[in-house]
This record gives sequence, structure tokens and C-alpha cells, in this order.
Amino acid sequence: MKDNPPYLIELQGMTKAFPGVLANDAVDLKIKPGEIHALLGENGAGKSTLVKMIYGILKPDAGTILFNGQPVKIDTPADARDLGIAMVFQHFSLFDSLSVVENISLGISRAVDLKQLAGEITEISGRYGLPLDPHRHVYTLSVGERQRIEIIRCLLQDPRLLVMDEPTSVLTPQEVRKLFLTLNRLAGEGLAILYISHKLDEIKALCHQATILRLGKRVNTVSVDTESTSSLAMMMMGEEMEKIARGQAVATGEIRLKVDNLTMPAMDNTSISLTDIHLEVRAGEIVGIAGVAGNGQDELLKALNGEESCQLAASIIIENQHSGKLGPNARRRAGMASVPEKRLGHGAIPDMDLVDNAFMTGFQRMGLLAKGLINYSKTRTFAQKVIADFGVKTAGAKVPANSLSGGNLQKFIIGRELTQQPDILIVSQPTWGVDAGATQTIRQSLRKLADRGAAVLVISQDLDELMEMSDRIGAICGGRLSLFYPTAEMTVEKVGLLMAGVPLEKGGAHVASFS
Amino acid sequence: MDLLIPAMLTIITAATPLLFAALGEMVTEKSGVLNLGVEGMMVMGAIIGFIAVHASGSVTVAIFAAVLAGICMAAIFALFVLTFHASQVPTGLALTIFGIGLSALMGQNMVGIAYGGMPKIAIPGLAALPVVGTLFFQQDFLVYLSIAMVAAIHYFLHKTRAGLILRAVGDSHDAAHAMGYSVIKIRFMAILFGGAMAGLSGAYLSLAYSPMWVEQMTAGRGWIALALVVFACWRPVRVLFGAYLFGGISILQLHAQALGIGIPSQVMSMLPYLATILVLVIISRDVSKIKLNAPASLGRPFHPSR
Repeated sequence: MKDNPPYLIELQGMTKAFPGVLANDAVDLKIKPGEIHALLGENGAGKSTLVKMIYGILKPDAGTILFNGQPVKIDTPADARDLGIAMVFQHFSLFDSLSVVENISLGISRAVDLKQLAGEITEISGRYGLPLDPHRHVYTLSVGERQRIEIIRCLLQDPRLLVMDEPTSVLTPQEVRKLFLTLNRLAGEGLAILYISHKLDEIKALCHQATILRLGKRVNTVSVDTESTSSLAMMMMGEEMEKIARGQAVATGEIRLKVDNLTMPAMDNTSISLTDIHLEVRAGEIVGIAGVAGNGQDELLKALNGEESCQLAASIIIENQHSGKLGPNARRRAGMASVPEKRLGHGAIPDMDLVDNAFMTGFQRMGLLAKGLINYSKTRTFAQKVIADFGVKTAGAKVPANSLSGGNLQKFIIGRELTQQPDILIVSQPTWGVDAGATQTIRQSLRKLADRGAAVLVISQDLDELMEMSDRIGAICGGRLSLFYPTAEMTVEKVGLLMAGVPLEKGGAHVASFS
Repeated sequence: MDLLIPAMLTIITAATPLLFAALGEMVTEKSGVLNLGVEGMMVMGAIIGFIAVHASGSVTVAIFAAVLAGICMAAIFALFVLTFHASQVPTGLALTIFGIGLSALMGQNMVGIAYGGMPKIAIPGLAALPVVGTLFFQQDFLVYLSIAMVAAIHYFLHKTRAGLILRAVGDSHDAAHAMGYSVIKIRFMAILFGGAMAGLSGAYLSLAYSPMWVEQMTAGRGWIALALVVFACWRPVRVLFGAYLFGGISILQLHAQALGIGIPSQVMSMLPYLATILVLVIISRDVSKIKLNAPASLGRPFHPSR
């Protein structure tokens, strides 16, 4: 095998500029067959740009790609697929109204017989432990299941290089472990994997080599075994991360938010009904709700922030007031703020600029409305304060929300709510797809809010995040909420059980108990 | 029975133009483009078809000319919307206004000229059947074609790969683009198909339904076709049902008016609209059905750079 070049793919001097930014500046990258290679970097470091050039979505301004030692031109995704490059996107390229098998067939360059393909899907999903029904429609599937579609779609093409863009951000710990088993098996069969992530623990656990990008430049390529998590973090951010101090285990502050036996029927057959929800959040504490996507998190958030009104006013008690029938604006006036999971289209209006978006939730508590007219100078000041205080990277306050990267927009949305000094904050997936630096900023600011005496409820699928920052933790499964436990007494495995709907043997309460 | 059969025959002629236009618009919308210019494309098909049949004397030539007119109108729309990223709603409205104006100009010398109407084609054997034969097997070519198109479009959308790609582009153009499908090209084709069908619809009006030329002879049928598509949940068989329901009630209320029922004629004229909307709303009240069939990218402009 002496003739075979040592590297499956070799990138030399890849450069790509966008108006105003040099997204990739002469980046080199080499991957051997059978190697799991991490591409590490914060949001905006240029990871996505680089892989988009590998997959033929973006055209490089300069640089050469060698595949099997031969220079190749990859102009379209079809070219990439023909070479044997497959990609699992961070934001899934799926069609909601089509079935699993139809979706997969669209990702294959040749025309296929759908019946035969469904058989192949079942076979592969069995072989690699990725259960999936080929005839379900995508809009009925959870995020984890949607990711499986993408992976199976890639595997069906017998790829030689698999590119995965932050694949674990939506999975439970159990699912992550399964995925890693699958990836290790694939690498063992000779598949090269380019694994994009900013989760250092995962990279330590899974990858062989790591290339670190910062501000569009390659910082270093290292062997993962010889590096520690903190040395990788140093290279990625150029500075050290600080740990967040957890609050005291038992909050004794007053009850700010109480949910008492909340039951809410499903709105349609794609949503989850909420059953017997009990919950108390006290001043000064962060309460975490874990759970796999699609188990009622969205519905719970909407019930709490008033987007859906409850049947009984007494189901939701805000500051001792029956609030179940109040709308979102009334609940905001009462001191509640919320950050939904979906940023574009729920947390912010995509085509409106940041000033207008700041106004949308801030007009009451920030006093931006005068006699029915918008006070624009005050609104602008508010938006600019949010941008400055939370380090939102943007060309200014007058740019549309959809021009910001996901992490930056999240910083803006969370900053907008925090600047209003809410007494109760409900936040869903605060750091999903946000880079490590911004994640720390967001978590620290949530902690600070709680320390100032606010009640904070964090709904997240990122278990590490909840274990790190919440004082008490519980889980939602099938629209039912588990009991809550002091986080200090919990392990990842125990929360995993709660997420699967299995009750723990002892302890736990709906409320923070006084000891 | 002597009264009923002619009434039912007129139902078919009333439904056919709606069916053509709605099927074409459905395919366009399935690709994610909302073309509000149906009325304009139809009326251009009507005048060009009518001029062509007089100039050439051949119905076949007239039909092809009308289809071509519809395609040209659609191409203008596609150029603005896809190439220049103009907003779809005002562009479609402008197309309608343009079509009505241009057709009136071209048809100045055509007003008052009569045409004998399209020849009927009797299907051997079946045409002799009592009642059914007269109703369904002694129609003109376009009626048969309109029914065949329902089946063909259903087959295309749900059984072929090209149809699957078309639906995918309408569901999420970003995802389709990421997979390497040419969103612009596919939408261009879909818009042109919509134009061709609107042209056919117009040809049917001026060659068969009322074989003559009157300014604005489409009389709002393009808008009805647009509404039918939505209420039929973007499904060909329901479009067929909706078109015949609308056609049926609009003819029946005319007969009812002739019989002198004591309801104001204005109320009677409202009936087809009310009934069609009511029935189709009831059918389409299942939210998951809409989620499954409505093209999610409908009306959203596509910028490949993002």
C-alpha cells in the first residue's frame, strides 16, 4: 500500500472573504483515512465556512483541495458527494412535509426506488443502532431522530469522509454515547470523520487529532491525547475559562413563580399535552429542567410565558397572583421575562433590525412607549446598551436580526431580557449552538440575575449545562415533570433516568424544601 | 331530465377553466412561488387564442398560441421574481393588471366577432350511453385534457422524483439548495407550467365556454382559481372537487334565479363563493393536513447567498 497517499483529504491555504470579514485566512487541514479529526473553534472562527468549501456550498477565493493526493475542484455538493464526502449539517437540511425515505432519497444524486431505499434505511439503522421509521413524516420527529436521518443519509452513500457539524448539541447523554460508538465503529472501518464542535470533553473522548481555528486562522493542529481540555480551550479562545459558582443548595427566598397542577391539552397532533405540572421557583435560585427535545419543553415555556393561556387562573401563580389567564404582556408587566428556544421567528423577528426587536419585548418595562408612539431615541439607547453590555458582535443596532450569527443573536435576546431586570426569567436552551466564550457570558449573567434575587428557570437539553449552573434539577418527559432534586446530590446518570421518565427511589420534591 | 342534462353540461363548462388555472397555480405554489397574476395570464390566453383561431382557422394552432401567451406572461413574472428578486405579491398583481390592459388593447377589433366553438369529440361506444354518455363522453378536447391533467399532476407530484424535488423546493428552499438542487431553475419551470395552464384556461373561455371576445372576459375566475388552490390544500383531486362545486353552484343559482325564487339575485350570486369557501374550509380544518401539504416556503424570496 505504499502508493496510497497518507492523507485522504488535504486542504492547502483555503481562503474565503465575505464583505467586511476574512472568514478563512490560508487554512490548512489534513485528514487520514480512519481518523476522527476535530475542527475546534468558537462561533465566527470560520469552521462552518471551511466545511462549506469542502462540501462545495461556498467557493474558495484561494486554496487547493487534494483528495487522495489528487487536486480536485468541488463546485457543488453533488461534486463532493461524487468524491465520497458526506455531511451532517448543524441545522438539518430536512423537508418537514416529506417522509423520512423521501428526504433521504433527495440527498442521493441518482434516482432511487423508494421501497428498496426504505429497506436499506431499516437495515443501516439496525446495524448502527440508529432506530428510525422510514415512513414517518419529518415534522412528527424529535430533533434527535431528525439527526439520525441525516446520518443515515450520509452512510447510505458509502462515504469516505464524513463531516459532522456540532452533532451532539441536541442529544441526551445516552444518545451521545451511542453516537460515539457508531462513529468509532465507522472510523474503525476506515472512514475519515471531520468532527466540528466546541465541546472540549467530547473532543477529548472521541477525536484523534484536532485543528483549532480562531478568527479565521488556523492556530494549531495537535494530537488530542497529548493535550488537556484547558490547553485546548486556551488555544481556542486565547484566554482561560472561569467556572461558575453554584448558588447555595437550598434557596430560602420567597416563591416568585409557582405552577400548581397545570394541565394543558395538546394543540394538534404534533404537540405534547402537559399533565399535572408542579413547580416552584424561589428568589435567588436557578432551577433546571432537563429533557430530550419534543417532550413538552416548548409547550411548558408557552404555558409559563402566557403564549398559551391556561384553563385555570390558579394554575400559574406569579408573585402570589393568579396569573394563568394573563397574556404575555401582562405577565411581563408582572416581572416575568422569557427566552424561547427558537431565536429567529420566536425570540426575534428575522427581518426587523435590533432596535425594533429590542422594542418588541422591552417597551413596557423600559418605558419605550409614550402616548402610543415609540420613543425611538430611548429604544436605540436600550438596544445599544444590550449590544455593548453583552458583547454582541454586530455592525450596529440597525441591522436585521437574521444577519447575526446564532450565538450573537442569542446574546442579544438574553441581554434584552436581562437588561429589563426581570424578577422571573424562563429561558429555553440558553446556549444551544453558542460558542464557548459566549456560553460562559450567558451562564454568568443568568447566575448574576439569580444572585440579585430573581427566580430563574432554565429548560435545556444540555445536561452538562444544567449540572453546572442549576441549584435544583428535574426533567420533563412526555409532558410530565419529574420531582426536583438538589443538583449537588445528582449525577448525569440519575438525571438521565428522570429524562427517560423513570422516577428515582428516594428524595425529591416539587418545591425547594427547607432543611 | 330534459332540463337537468343541459344544466349539468354547463356545470362542466363552468368548472373546466377554473380547473386548468387552479392546477397550474397549484404546481407553481408547490414550488414555493405565489403568482397572483393568474387572471392576467388567463385573459391573455383568451385573447391570443381567439385572435389565432381567426387568423389561422385552426383550433389546434389557437390552443398552442394561447399556451404560449400564458408562458410568456409567466416568464415575465419569473424573470422579475426569481432573477431580480422582486416581491411576489405586487409583481403578481401587476401582471394581472398588465394582462387585462394588454388584452383589451389587442382585442379592440375582435369585439363582436363570433366563433363557432370547439368541436366535440364523442368517445366511440361510451358516448351512446344514456345521460352519462351525453355528459362525460361528448365533450371537447380541453375538457378531457383538464381531467387527465388532474391525474397526471397527482402522479407527477407524488410518484416521480422530479415531483418530489419540486415539493422539496417548496418546503424548504434553503435545504434544497444545500443539497445541490437548483431552486431557481425548478421554480422557473413551475412558474412557466402555471402560465401554460392559465393560457389553456383562457383558451377554453374564448374558444369553448363563450366563443367570442369580451374585454375582461375572465371575470375574476383567476382569483377564484387562486382561492381554490388554498382551500383544496394543494391537492389535485380536491382542486377538481372544488372547481366542480363552484361551477355547479354558480350554474344552479342561475337556473334558480330563472325560476323566480324569491331571494334577491345578489344573494344568489354570492352563493357559489360562500358554499365553496364553506365546504373547503370544513374539509381543510385538520391542521396536520395543512402542515403536510402547504408549501412552507410559499411566497418567501430565495437568496442563494445566504
